[in-house]
Amino acid sequence: MNAPVRSVEAAGDRVARFPQHKREEWIGRLYAYACVALLVVTIFSIVWFIASKGLTPFVSGAIRFSDLLFGRVWKPEGEPALFGALPFLAGSAYVSFLAAAIASPFGFCAAVFMTQIAPKLGRTVLQPAIELLAGIPSVVYGFVGLSVIVPFLREVFEGQGYGILAGSLVLSIMILPTITSIATDALHTLPAGLKEGSFALGATRWQTIYRLILPTTLPSLLTGIVLGISRAFGEALAVQMVIGNAPFVPTSLLQSAATLTSIITLEMGNTIGGSLHNNTLWSLALILLMMTFLFVFAVRFLERRAKR
Amino acid sequence: MKARAADRVATGVIIGMASLIMLVLVGLIAYLLFRGLSHISWHFLTSPPQSIKAGGGIGPQLFNSLYLLILTMLITIPLGIGAGIYMSQYAKANQLTAFIRLVVEVLSSFPSIVIGLFGLLVFVNLFHMKYSLAAGALALTVFNLPLMVRVTEQALNGVPREQKEAGLALGLSRWKTISSIMLPMAFPAILTGTILAAGRVFGEAAALLFTAGMTTPRLDFGNWNPLDSHSPLNPFRPAETLAVHIWKINSEGRAPDAPEIAAGASAVLIIVVLLFNFGARWLGRAIYRKFTATK
Repeated sequence: MNAPVRSVEAAGDRVARFPQHKREEWIGRLYAYACVALLVVTIFSIVWFIASKGLTPFVSGAIRFSDLLFGRVWKPEGEPALFGALPFLAGSAYVSFLAAAIASPFGFCAAVFMTQIAPKLGRTVLQPAIELLAGIPSVVYGFVGLSVIVPFLREVFEGQGYGILAGSLVLSIMILPTITSIATDALHTLPAGLKEGSFALGATRWQTIYRLILPTTLPSLLTGIVLGISRAFGEALAVQMVIGNAPFVPTSLLQSAATLTSIITLEMGNTIGGSLHNNTLWSLALILLMMTFLFVFAVRFLERRAKR
Repeated sequence: MKARAADRVATGVIIGMASLIMLVLVGLIAYLLFRGLSHISWHFLTSPPQSIKAGGGIGPQLFNSLYLLILTMLITIPLGIGAGIYMSQYAKANQLTAFIRLVVEVLSSFPSIVIGLFGLLVFVNLFHMKYSLAAGALALTVFNLPLMVRVTEQALNGVPREQKEAGLALGLSRWKTISSIMLPMAFPAILTGTILAAGRVFGEAAALLFTAGMTTPRLDFGNWNPLDSHSPLNPFRPAETLAVHIWKINSEGRAPDAPEIAAGASAVLIIVVLLFNFGARWLGRAIYRKFTATK
C-alpha cells in the first residue's frame, strides 16, 4: 500500500494537472485574495487619510498638540480662536465609563441568570431579548432618550435633564448586549467540575458564583467591559441627542456637556473644508481613531490573559 | 444559615436584574409602538416631508433607506463572501493571517462616525461623488464588511469536513469544492447572518450624515431612468435615509408635528428591524429544515 495521501493538500495538487481545473482554481483564488487585499487597503487608507487631515493643524504649527489635549476652552470662532478639546475628551470618557459601570452588573447578572439559574428561560426569553436590544438602531435609542430619559431627569433633578447622566443611561442599554454576550460565553466555557466541586464542598450557589465563578471569569468579563466602553466611546448620534452639546468640562452629571463624537457630528457639516476649525475636527477624529486602536489592543491583551 | 440567606437574597437580586432588562426591552418597544403606530398611515408612509407645515410624511426617506440597503448589499455580499472564503479556506496559519484577522477586528471596531468621515474624505471629495447614494453605499460597505466576512467564515467553518474531503477526493479543484459544495451547505447560515447585517445597515445613521447627505431632492416616482437627476433610482443623488431623518427632525425639526413624525418614523424603523430579526431566525430554521429534511 502507498503511504496515506496527505488529505486536503495532496488532493489539491493532483487536481492541478487538469488545465481547466487549474484555471478555475486560479480565478477563484484571485477573487478571494482580491477581496482580502481590498480589506487591508481599506483600513490603511482610513488611517492614512484621517491621519493626514488630522495632523495638518500640528504640522502647520497652528495648534500645539498639548494645547488641544489639555486646553479647557473650545472657541473656534473666538478672537483668538481657542481649540481646547479637554471638554470633549472628558465628556467621552465620563459617559463611556459611567455607561459601563451601569451596564456591567446587569450584564453579569443576566449572564449568571442564563447559565446558572434558569438556562431554559434564559435561552428562550432573555437571550433573544438581548439580541433584539443589540439590533435597535442608535437613533431610536437617541429618540427614546430624548423623549423619556431627559424629561424624567428634568422632573426628578434640577436642571435641563440633558447631560452626562442621560448619555450614560442611553449608552448603558446600548452596550448591555456586548457585555452580556461575552460574559455568557465565558460562563459557558467554565469547566463543569469546578462548579460541582464547589457545590460538593457545601457552598451555596451565591458563594460559588462570587468566590469561584467571578474570579475565574474575571479576565473575560473585563474583555466584555472594555468592548462595551469602546462601543460607547465611538457612539455618535444617540449621545449627541441627549447630552446637551455644551462645550465645557462637565462638573456635574446633570450639566449639559459634549463628547468627541457629538462635536464632530455637529460642526463637521457647518465648517468650511480646509479651515483651521475644520482641520481641528479631523484631529478629533484622529484621536477617536487612535482610541479605537488602544481599545482593540486592550481587548487582545485581556483575551490572552483569559486564555491562560 | 447566614450563607443560605445570602444565597436567597443574591438569587433574588440576579433574577430581579434579569427581569429589569426584560422590562426595559418590553417597555422600549411598547413605548415606540404606542407612540408611533397612531401616526402611521398610508399617507405618512408615502408622502414627502414638510419643513414647516404639519402633515409631512417619510415616503422618500423610506424609499432611500431600502434602496441604499440594496445597493450596499450588492457591493458587500460578493466582497464579504470572497474575503470570508479566504479567511476560512485559503488562509494559512501564519503571521500574515494573524495580521489580516487583526485588520478585520480593528475595522469592525471603528466607530461608524469615523467610517462616515472616511467616506466624506475619499468617496465624496476625492472621487467627486458628492453627497450621494453611491458614496453612502460605499461607506456602509466599509462599515458592514467585517461582519459579513465573519458570518461567511463561521458558516464555512461549520460545514462538515467530510463534505469538503469528498469533493476533493472526486477530483474537484479546491475552488470548485468551495463554490459548489461548501457554499450551498453554508448558505442558510450566511443568509441568516446577512439579514441580521441588513438590519444593522438599515438603522445606521452616523456613517451616512456626511456621505449620503441630509437632504433629498424632489423625487419623481414616475421616472425610473437611473441616470435622470429626479429619478428615485439615480445613485448619484443625495439621499436622506429614515434613520438620518429621525436624527435631523429631533435636532433641528421645525415642523409643528416633529415629535409625532419622529415617533412614527422610529416605530417604522423598529418594525423593520424586528421583521429582519424574526425573518432571519425563521428563514434560517426553515431552510435548515428543508436542506436536512428534518421536521
